[in-house]
Amino acid sequence: MSVKRPRPRLDAINRPFWTGGDAKNDGGKLYITHCGDCREWTHPPREFCRHCQSENVAPEAVAGTGRIDTLTVNHQAWMPGLEVPFVIARVALDGVPGVVLTTNIVGCAVDEVDIDDRVRVTFEEQDGVWFPLFEKDV
Amino acid sequence: MNEAYITGVGQSEVGVRLTRSPMGLTMDAIRQALDDAGLTFEQIDGVASYPGKSHGYLGFSPIGVDEVIEVCGIKARWHMGAGEIPAQLSAIAEAANAVKTGQARHIICFRTVYEAAAMSRPEEYPPLRREFADGSSQWTAPFFAISAACWVAQYASRHMKRYGMTREQLAQISLNANRNALLNPNARAITKKVLTIDDYMASRLITTPFCLHDCDRFTDCSTVIIVSAGDALDEVQGAPVRIAATAGSVHRHSWDQAEWMASYATGPDLWAKTDYTVKDVDTVQFYDGFAFFPITWLEALGFCEVGEGHKFVEGGTRIARDGELPLNTAGGQIGAGRLHGFGFAHEAVMQLRGNAGERQIPGDPKVAVATSGGGPLAAALLLARD
Repeated sequence: MSVKRPRPRLDAINRPFWTGGDAKNDGGKLYITHCGDCREWTHPPREFCRHCQSENVAPEAVAGTGRIDTLTVNHQAWMPGLEVPFVIARVALDGVPGVVLTTNIVGCAVDEVDIDDRVRVTFEEQDGVWFPLFEKDV
Repeated sequence: MNEAYITGVGQSEVGVRLTRSPMGLTMDAIRQALDDAGLTFEQIDGVASYPGKSHGYLGFSPIGVDEVIEVCGIKARWHMGAGEIPAQLSAIAEAANAVKTGQARHIICFRTVYEAAAMSRPEEYPPLRREFADGSSQWTAPFFAISAACWVAQYASRHMKRYGMTREQLAQISLNANRNALLNPNARAITKKVLTIDDYMASRLITTPFCLHDCDRFTDCSTVIIVSAGDALDEVQGAPVRIAATAGSVHRHSWDQAEWMASYATGPDLWAKTDYTVKDVDTVQFYDGFAFFPITWLEALGFCEVGEGHKFVEGGTRIARDGELPLNTAGGQIGAGRLHGFGFAHEAVMQLRGNAGERQIPGDPKVAVATSGGGPLAAALLLARD
């Protein structure tokens, strides 16, 4: 994946998610929006809790471990210069029921990854955005 | 309550990199549908489309509802061009609601696509150059999950792991589409030769488990469906097809947060609105932008249990034209081009009227289901010839 990643436009609502990996943030953490009233999680992040509609929500650091819910091994170069194959996966986060993240599984061969594998977050920085990728938790 | 009927259908030339303009294709399809229904522009008082004229890449939806009103001289009492509705066929469902409630008598519903031609003429149709991954794409594009193929493939992978679906079973959707498309004169630009299981297994992978043959193909075409009020049927010719029920649903508007696609809510909701049951259905026309979608629609609508869709299509005999539930008899989008949803309603009407020529299914079909969408999009129409 030698080409630059398409990057989000940072704003007040999504910045904690996309910059949480900066080591300045307690060594780099994954932040998910959490409700101070009903204790449920909202992702993608919003200014309201999607469970109880409270505005008492804030980004909260989570463990950064999880389980591969499902995956695809991508073989198509959707952009010029994109190196293939690579793994696109949905990771179900530990301690964050109801939230999955679309991500890449890195640090191993594509055929070494399977659904239900345990994974751990690792951040890749590009232009001030810390992309949460995952590697196998061994 | 007044009933809603489909009284005319039309389809322009279906091609890849056509030179006829998008408005030209749209007018070709409109004229064909008007001739089919025996209606004139003076009798049309409504226009609907999905998703309305594209504000981004024009090839995706080059013609707006207001342009059709203007060019055709329609005195519209009701019109709608909307993307924030459950899915493509919801434009027809909304038109049905409009005629049922007396807001219009005859509505032109159209979907024009120009993706192949637009890509070949970038000077006329400049590609979008986005600096940022905005909106919902910010949660997928940063990980190079850029195509819907990558999003849908993950649902398919989970079906394989959880329920044991194989690539040979998935392949039946494309093989069935190929067989039917070869009998569809409007699919000649898209499907030209027989596809075998060996061809399928040898083709290049796009994103597992999908290979090239599991994906539909950019196409240039316009498809038109005319929806008429039940108390206006004396103005039309030909056999009207009743829109017996419609459904569409969104529970999570996200391509990755929902465990199940929206279709699994749409299916039960469709049956809750009608006395018909799955046993009454003679043919199904299921959205197949990717080959996994029809398998999910079979499950969602209750033609089989959840997790059994791949077994239903195994071997291809039950979904063949002479099988118990003929599927995508015109070839679907995989075989007949990415008409973006409206092709399924068009083909359902062709079959119910016995107008499908060489690909006509046997047994005087009276009831059909047409669906569109996948992921967070889902809409279904139940169509019946009384």
